[in-house]
Amino acid sequence: MSSANSVPPFRRVAPVLEPGHTYASVTEKISSIVLSRPAGTGWYLAFTLAFGLVMMLGMALAYLIAKGTGIWGINIPVGWGFAIVNFVWWIGIGHAGTLISAILLLLNQKWRTSINRFAEAMTIFAVMCAGIFPLIHTGRPWLAYYMLPYPSTMGVWPQFRSPLIWDVFAVSTYFTVSLLFWFVGLIPDLATLRDRAHSRLAQQLYGILAMGWRGSARHWHRYQSAYLLLAGLATPLVVSVHTVVSFDFAIAIVPGWHTTIFPPYFVAGAIYSGFAMVLTLAIPLRKIYGLEDFITMRHLENMAKVMLATGLIVAYGYAMEFFMSYYGGSKFETFLAHNRLTGPYWPFYWALILCNLVVPQLLWFHKVRVHVPTLFLLSLVVNVGMWLERFVIVVISLHRDFMPSAWGMYAPTFWDWATYIGTLGMFLALLLLFVRALPVISIAEMRELVAHTSEEQK
Amino acid sequence: MAQIFHRSTNFISRFTLFSGLFLVGLALLVLGAIARSPYLTNQNIAREQPVQFSHKHHVGDDGIDCRYCHTSVETSAYAGIPPTKTCMNCHSVLFSNAEYLEPVRESFRTGKSIQWVKVHRMPDYVYFNHSIHINKGVGCSSCHGQVNQMPLVWQASPLLMNWCLDCHRNPEAVLRPREQVFNMDWKAPADQAEIGRALATEYKLRTTAELVSCSTCHR
Amino acid sequence: MGAEGHRHEHRGGEEPEVKHDAHDPCTEELGSRVYSLDLAAIRERLAKSTGKEYWRSLEELSGNPHFEELLHREFPRQASEWDESVDRRDFLKLMAASLALAGLSGCGRKPEETIVPYVNQPAGMTPGKPQYYATAMPLGADAIGLLVESHEGRPTKIEGNPDHPGSLGATNAFAQASILGLYDPDRSQVLTYLGEIRAWSSFLESAVATAPMLKATGGAGLRILTGSVTSPTLAAQLRALLAQYPQAKWHQWETAGSDGAREGGKLAFGRYVNTVYRPAKANVIVSLDSDFLGSGPGHVRYAKEFFRRRKLSGEHAEMSRLYVLEPTPSVTGAVADHSIPMKASDVGLFARALAAKLGLGGSASVPAEREKLLEAAAADLQKHRGASFVIAGEYQPAEVHALAHAINQALLNAAAGGTVYYTEPVEMQPVNHLESLRELCADMDAGRVDTLLILGGNPVYDAPHDLDFVSKLKKARLSFHLSQYFDETSEYCQWHIPEAHYLESWSDVRAFDGTASVVQPLIAPLYQGKTAHDVIGAFSDKPGLSSYERVRNTWVGGHTEKDWRKWLHDGVIGGTAFAPMAITSKWNPASLLPAKPAPADQLEFIFRPDPSVYDGRFANNGWLQELPKPVSKLTWDNAALVSPKTAEKLGLTHRAAWTGGEHGQILSDVVDVDLAGSKVTAAAWTLPGQADGVVTLPLGYGRSKSGQTGTNKGFNAYVVRASTGIWCATGGTLRKTGLEYPLACTQYHHNMEGRELVRSASLDEYKHNPNFAHKGAEEPPKELTLYKEFAYPGYAWGMAIDLASCNGCNACVVACVSENNIAIVGKDQVMRGREMHWIRIDRYYEGSLDSPETFFQPVPCQQCENAPCEQVCPVGATLHSAEGLNDMVYNRCVGTRYCSNNCPYKVRRFNFLRFQDWETPALKLMRNPEVTVRSRGVMEKCTYCVQRINNARIEVEKENRPIRDGEIVTACEAACPAEAIVFGNANDPKSRVAKLKAQQRNYTILAELNARPRTTYLAAVRNPNPELEKPGTPPGDKR
Repeated sequence: MSSANSVPPFRRVAPVLEPGHTYASVTEKISSIVLSRPAGTGWYLAFTLAFGLVMMLGMALAYLIAKGTGIWGINIPVGWGFAIVNFVWWIGIGHAGTLISAILLLLNQKWRTSINRFAEAMTIFAVMCAGIFPLIHTGRPWLAYYMLPYPSTMGVWPQFRSPLIWDVFAVSTYFTVSLLFWFVGLIPDLATLRDRAHSRLAQQLYGILAMGWRGSARHWHRYQSAYLLLAGLATPLVVSVHTVVSFDFAIAIVPGWHTTIFPPYFVAGAIYSGFAMVLTLAIPLRKIYGLEDFITMRHLENMAKVMLATGLIVAYGYAMEFFMSYYGGSKFETFLAHNRLTGPYWPFYWALILCNLVVPQLLWFHKVRVHVPTLFLLSLVVNVGMWLERFVIVVISLHRDFMPSAWGMYAPTFWDWATYIGTLGMFLALLLLFVRALPVISIAEMRELVAHTSEEQK
Repeated sequence: MAQIFHRSTNFISRFTLFSGLFLVGLALLVLGAIARSPYLTNQNIAREQPVQFSHKHHVGDDGIDCRYCHTSVETSAYAGIPPTKTCMNCHSVLFSNAEYLEPVRESFRTGKSIQWVKVHRMPDYVYFNHSIHINKGVGCSSCHGQVNQMPLVWQASPLLMNWCLDCHRNPEAVLRPREQVFNMDWKAPADQAEIGRALATEYKLRTTAELVSCSTCHR
Repeated sequence: MGAEGHRHEHRGGEEPEVKHDAHDPCTEELGSRVYSLDLAAIRERLAKSTGKEYWRSLEELSGNPHFEELLHREFPRQASEWDESVDRRDFLKLMAASLALAGLSGCGRKPEETIVPYVNQPAGMTPGKPQYYATAMPLGADAIGLLVESHEGRPTKIEGNPDHPGSLGATNAFAQASILGLYDPDRSQVLTYLGEIRAWSSFLESAVATAPMLKATGGAGLRILTGSVTSPTLAAQLRALLAQYPQAKWHQWETAGSDGAREGGKLAFGRYVNTVYRPAKANVIVSLDSDFLGSGPGHVRYAKEFFRRRKLSGEHAEMSRLYVLEPTPSVTGAVADHSIPMKASDVGLFARALAAKLGLGGSASVPAEREKLLEAAAADLQKHRGASFVIAGEYQPAEVHALAHAINQALLNAAAGGTVYYTEPVEMQPVNHLESLRELCADMDAGRVDTLLILGGNPVYDAPHDLDFVSKLKKARLSFHLSQYFDETSEYCQWHIPEAHYLESWSDVRAFDGTASVVQPLIAPLYQGKTAHDVIGAFSDKPGLSSYERVRNTWVGGHTEKDWRKWLHDGVIGGTAFAPMAITSKWNPASLLPAKPAPADQLEFIFRPDPSVYDGRFANNGWLQELPKPVSKLTWDNAALVSPKTAEKLGLTHRAAWTGGEHGQILSDVVDVDLAGSKVTAAAWTLPGQADGVVTLPLGYGRSKSGQTGTNKGFNAYVVRASTGIWCATGGTLRKTGLEYPLACTQYHHNMEGRELVRSASLDEYKHNPNFAHKGAEEPPKELTLYKEFAYPGYAWGMAIDLASCNGCNACVVACVSENNIAIVGKDQVMRGREMHWIRIDRYYEGSLDSPETFFQPVPCQQCENAPCEQVCPVGATLHSAEGLNDMVYNRCVGTRYCSNNCPYKVRRFNFLRFQDWETPALKLMRNPEVTVRSRGVMEKCTYCVQRINNARIEVEKENRPIRDGEIVTACEAACPAEAIVFGNANDPKSRVAKLKAQQRNYTILAELNARPRTTYLAAVRNPNPELEKPGTPPGDKR
């Protein structure tokens, strides 16, 4: 890491860790959030809300299973609606976590240290939310095990040409690895909590999870190598998962789906939305729990830059889609492009352009990147934009495809919304629990950072 | 500060980890086994019937041909369960006042059908056709087992889809000459492989691809 | 009314009420303006419903099992469970489902089942093998001969009878749907007197009790009201009764019957005649507002002949030419070479002018823009003297029919061996029905009617409103009503007698050419139904006889048992077709009073039987209700049809709603129709090809007392139908109310968006370039795929659909529904774009908005070679069969709907909710045992009737021979009167389908996708008169 004074004086780069921190202070500050600090009414209010939404999700799912997917707005021709939109959106959000923890680790980016923990948590929770949808969107979810390759009494196997089967593998692998990665990373901190916890129960719970971590040199050695290995494993997944998800569309012949640009463009989009979500979480978090010293402007600005970069890739994707639909000369593609711009769903498309292309360009300005409230708003806008992108891809492509006689419209019903908002609630609830139960920032790695920075100070 | 855990915890934790993995594996195996077990397939379970009709007696001892009762087996999808009349053909004279045949006589008197318990039950979405199997040289006993030795009939085969497919993928293994179809005691000869192949061509069996097309059985 | 009202809200195809249901999740999506209308309608209905309450409570007392069943049914029959709260059964299902989610599904033990064999097996029947019986379906003054498939005594499917002149093997939508009519659990099931259940015997007593008084008065107070009677036996019974009671009178009222045709014949020939046409021999046909290919006597036969005459093949490239002048688009106009929108009243003028032009005297002028047409048509007719005919529409007045007769006479078309011949009337007692009904009303009003027998029909609902039938009916001392449903009329008659369905009764009937058939029952009456023969018999001097004996006695005289059996077997009584009569018209068109042209500024209101529910008798038939009407593609409702110009003038619009939209819910303007002193509120619908200034009011809807399916659908046009304007009325107004009403339209988008789905040419263009269909079409090489070719050593099933022949009559759609156990989903679901029809008929327009050319395109599953659906199904629930079908395995489907998304033809249908009715016992009898009944969450689609393929194959393999061409006939193919659909083995170059596919007209839709469908189309060819330039403005979006 180049030291601060190597950059021109008029542009001070914020450090990854505000000066004046010792091992003790770091440990104390982070672990106290879990161990000593009371939850506070704010937390309880938030959790009540979130839990209420989870209950709503439960109801929505129960009603869905009782009645069938007909309670949603889907129809022929629009066979996929909110369920798939939300699935892709959530999976996308998951990406930042793995990217930050794995790829940035391999690239030895120190600024990842203080954000990777909750970014990974976010990943896991997002993938959990995502995982719900592919299951429940089927007409007969209780037969979903038909998609698993096992020697059934029917003597038939899944149809391996279908991207949905690839999804099953991609998503489950992704979830497993992310979970392992997260847990392994947690072990030293769990031990710290075990040792600092006051109540017997807490000690035992953390103790069990810490798996007997004693911080011996050997432990550290194995820990490091395991962590690196997992990082190596996770890295290709970052790319593979959303690539496979994009195949769900790219393999199909539907105009607006059938395009080779989807894999890179989906991955970029995923990271884009992922970082937006990390920002959306990090900004309130550092404010509420006073972690400004750990999650510094440096972090926020870097993430903003990543967003800008990925946002531009996405923009390129849009541009290419349009170019191809005209240059390719297929009357269906041309019509689709036209239909996006001027068809019945034009507001969605233009809103998407606004959220994902126009507004993020503000990030070119340093002032914007370091102005926290604006950054927060921006991240929200991008989240919305990426959701709209999925809506545009799924719905606008389907509602007017090949046979004009079969064209239709899609409008979400109450239950579509209930399910979607329900998963948001679930996501929030899990995060709140996480904040209360586990260190939101990796204590161990912060300690390392203290060492590094103190060296730099010299 | 006191230790949180006792030494033994090390062992316990390791044990739980590994046994956990083991149990999961075991559970899967058990599930697989249950799905194939008679408990679910009803294989080899003799069913009580309103009338203690013994195939062993009628077919095995008396040597009555299957088709005397199951008249439509060669022409229709259903083998056909005999109407009460068929029973009375003989039992109006034989054992004409045996008390255990009362249900039959009653049915004949009142015109109320005897309600037999179904032994071989196919799911509703499976369209099995007896006649074509019979005509292509698949013997009764190939699926129904040696009914001539069953006092009460039980389901001799699992009737699982992969069981159907075993045959449809390799019919040669069970084909027999048409005249042997109703022979309950027919045993596959040593050279069944060649014989089967020969019969398959003689009876113009459809290709495996055709025999395992979904719509061959499902509509 | 609470519980009742609630159940109503959940009824299939329920319209307004649904929208204010608290449970309805889609409430927020509907304009509030829609409610105000609905609520009003509901209040009105509730206000009217006291009588209903009365009856119901009585039924309740009587503990009628059917009624119990109604009360306890949680799910509406044949309908979606859309807006129901989670109730007990749902909860159980939920538990089951969650167990299943726990991975235990399929591990449940199978419940024990019992086998119930016969005690004495009927001779000649094999369990598992269907049997076919010949019978005939009477409809109005016509009948169509049928073969009915029966499984173990349950009729399940209707096919046409090839030996019957009215069918030649084809059927129509009504005949196909009559199977549902038979099993309909809403049919009245008990005989009632003042609402109390009575035994048939007690009816007999009261009938006999009337005898002394009748004898005393010579039957002075006895009146019998029937529809058109074409049954010799019934007529004989009636005549006998009249002979017995000379003072008694027999009246007839067939609301959709044609007094015009009857009186026209009388005008021309001085007597009632029946006219039979021979489209097969005609080179030129001029239809004066006649829908002879789509409705009316003999239309199935006429369609067969007409389209056979126009079949194109390599060597044969000759077609007849059809001119159609019509006020509102019909299926006949849709296939015409020239269809000219024209006010109903102007058709008469045109006929006069045509007669004049052909030198029959008289004089009339047509507007300048029609001169050219008149010239051309007249010339064409002249050129083809003896090989042409003019046919007048059933709903045209007498003089138009007379003119048509005169012209045909003058052109020697009616000469021996010509294209037209006249016979004795098919109706046993032709009378002017309107006059007959008026006379009856007068008698009732004057208190001269003591005993009234209404045999079938529903006059309270469909009599002209100015006759005020109800109040007069009340004056009859004793009234009997025989009908299949406890309907509007039954409410006002003391005695209600459930009528047997034609599939349950013995009777006889004459077809359009006089051919008589015996109507034989397929099943004993399900709901204690009685026939008209029984009822009349009860009043006659020999009440004892059964319908069977009566019918038999009518015919066996002088014949052997063998003949009788032959008639039953053939479905036709040989040699009963009427011989042509040698009569000539002495009538001179000049004798007509000068016509007064209708004032151009006035709106003309015309009434037409609805193409789906006819005169209202099929209102409770869900299959027909959900059937998209051939031209408008509306379902579950009728609408006041207006032309685009008129709509603009009146400011009428409709727009796609957010749910369903272009294919589903359309919000349409509501209008008040004020005609002949009475009002009705209707939804308006703009229809290209409608004549300007004409408002079509389809009859048959707005039933206040039909079954669960038929009650309160659409608006009741009879309310404004006066005896002064039975078919055509002027002087009314049509006012926009500012309200909107949701209509369920299955194809709102008229435009092909340049995708050349339908390809067409004129006959000249075709002769000049037979390959026109492929001009500029992009057809990639078949190697252009990653997947390896399938090899088809055996059969390769394929289908060819000739667009030159399809007239969109819908017979195939209902046939498919019947054959494949397809569920109906109700209006609410259709509005969401979830209808289940496996074959849909797309309708496209070409040319100007005001008089476009119309094309129909039946779209079943295309059974692609490179099927996009197969590649994306994760569980292999849809796979390629070894004979090239895209098999659909319902039991394997988990319902991802990916296949449907990826299907470019959008022919797949998904069970979004539990659409099938699993409760109603009667409907279980109706289902085809050869086809799986699909459950919720499962994708389904056309499989070329694979059950028929398999059964045929099994039979031939037993006989050790290949399947012959034509041995397998799909349900749609069998039903098609135009022989537009041909199915067969494409591998066999001699098969009909292979020959068609070899034609140059043959093309595949969306060929550029290289999915390589097995279903191909033959481009449409029309034969317009070169003298008349086609109305050729470029196609445009018709909105």
